[in-house]
Amino acid sequence: MSWMKKSALLASITSVAIVGAACGNNEEGNGGAEGDALSGKVVMDGSSTVFPIMEAVAEEYSAEQPDVEVTVGVSGTGGGFKRFVTGETDFSNASREIKEEEAAEAEANGVEYTEIAVALDGLAIVVNPENDWADDITMDELNKMWTDMNVKTWKDVRSDWPDEEISFFSPGKDSGTFDYFNEAVLDDTDVRQDAQLSEDDNVLVTGVAGTKNAIGFFGYAYYIENEGTLKSLKVDGIEPTAENVTSFEYPLSRPIYTYVNNASMQEKPQVVNFARFMNENAGALAEEVGYVAMEQASYDENAKLIDELAGE
Amino acid sequence: MALPNSEFKNTKNYIDHETVSRRIKSRLRLNEIFKYIFLAGLIFALLVLSTLIYDVISKGGGWVNLDFLRNFPSRRAEQAGLYPALIGTLWLMMLIVPMVFIVGVGAAIYLEEYAPKNRLTSFIEVNISNLAGVPSIVFGLLGLTFFVRTAGLGSSVMTGALTLGLMSLPIVIVASQEALRSVKMELRHASLAMGASKWQTTFNVVLPSAIPGIITGIILAVSRAIGETAPLIMIGAATFISTTPNNVFSDFTALPIQIYNWTSRPQAEFQNLAAAGIIVLMTLLITMNSAAIYIRNKYTNRH
Repeated sequence: MSWMKKSALLASITSVAIVGAACGNNEEGNGGAEGDALSGKVVMDGSSTVFPIMEAVAEEYSAEQPDVEVTVGVSGTGGGFKRFVTGETDFSNASREIKEEEAAEAEANGVEYTEIAVALDGLAIVVNPENDWADDITMDELNKMWTDMNVKTWKDVRSDWPDEEISFFSPGKDSGTFDYFNEAVLDDTDVRQDAQLSEDDNVLVTGVAGTKNAIGFFGYAYYIENEGTLKSLKVDGIEPTAENVTSFEYPLSRPIYTYVNNASMQEKPQVVNFARFMNENAGALAEEVGYVAMEQASYDENAKLIDELAGE
Repeated sequence: MALPNSEFKNTKNYIDHETVSRRIKSRLRLNEIFKYIFLAGLIFALLVLSTLIYDVISKGGGWVNLDFLRNFPSRRAEQAGLYPALIGTLWLMMLIVPMVFIVGVGAAIYLEEYAPKNRLTSFIEVNISNLAGVPSIVFGLLGLTFFVRTAGLGSSVMTGALTLGLMSLPIVIVASQEALRSVKMELRHASLAMGASKWQTTFNVVLPSAIPGIITGIILAVSRAIGETAPLIMIGAATFISTTPNNVFSDFTALPIQIYNWTSRPQAEFQNLAAAGIIVLMTLLITMNSAAIYIRNKYTNRH
């Protein structure tokens, strides 16, 4: 039994040592003045949709400020906010706006934040290339076919379409993409139960590309990369091109965001520096990874916002 | 002359070869059928495995090179590498192995050699076996609330290692118990009869004989652990990180997270990068397993 006592003692000593060291590690590095080499951490988490842009920004940023440690996680929009509202992260990437519950939790924890739009994404409505009847679809038809279980065949959607059963492919309900579709198209009505859901957009691409009577939706970038095997539909007569997405003429254009913790902006010079760098480069980098840049005016507004938050 | 002849006749009557062969025919056929069913099982498993390996190597083989191992991830597939993920996974392994060895083998020794055989002990044993079946994401949640928040370790390498370590512990304990149990009682008795204490017996006699089994258990458990993505995402491990860990409290990313991220990208080149990442992870696992086999053989020969 003395062996047990010794090991118990050892365990408690170890845990004290671990906690002690962890506390020592919690202090954030202090960066120098603007323009100097900065250090410290920039912690970012959230949407996997926004991730490719932020990965590109962080990649470029680390060439400029090699001593700043930038981490970008992909807990998903909701998972990211869970960490953000407790003050664990500096930025939370989101493919939708923050929800009321999440905002309330942030307030309860005394976390103040600011929303910054970084780029635009069009939600592509896609069908199989063998589908030679549908070229365009209206928002009402989309709502009807995705919520009404009585709609079984293409004919039920529009009378001159063939009498063939439709297969539905949709992103998983935890994704920000689904949340956006839910708000813009479904009006918060439950999505039809026979829709195939997947968290992996590439699974949806394969599904629609391999099923003649399929319809699905996902980020425009996934359509562009698979243009050969998919066909996109005009929505309310508007094609999902970059110009139509930027001008918001395409009805399923959505901004994608990052939320920044106001306290981080005031206390951490590396966060301010990163925010400026992100705002200056997000547009071009977004285009490079398959998204659409906002109009320059929007980035100019962001820049003002960032200056205000930094207290300058 | 008459006697042996009649005896022979009698024997012939006892074993009627025709009847026997007729009666065992169906059993022999069943035997054949099952042999082929089992063979088909093996071939199916091997086919699936070789298809997977072929798919991975044909897609990712050309992407594995020194730059791939040395570079940070990038939006440009040609420049992308998995250096931080590789280093992160190596850190995790270095922390998990001693952790599960000390705690897991310790627990197994206590349960097998010291604990009284009563209801409490068997209750604990049943619960440990049950823990082995708990989904990994549950360990991720535990890691998030306990290590990240309560203990204040953040999303560090230490948190990752503790979370994955906890996840591997049940397997290690069960395997170690099994290994300790298979050590012959005579060896223990001989040692005790020579005047050795229980601890001396355990440390010098039982443990060395059980080491091969214990190592196998640890390797299996750790191999499973370093292939996990879900618990690491849960504890907030990074997907992109601009630095590599320099101590156990640094933030980190790991190979499975990087691979998972690449598979979810729209561009085809990233799918190839994911395949290349899988090759690196597989090589790491094979190296680890080979080391285990080497250690095992060395000890098995001695005892």
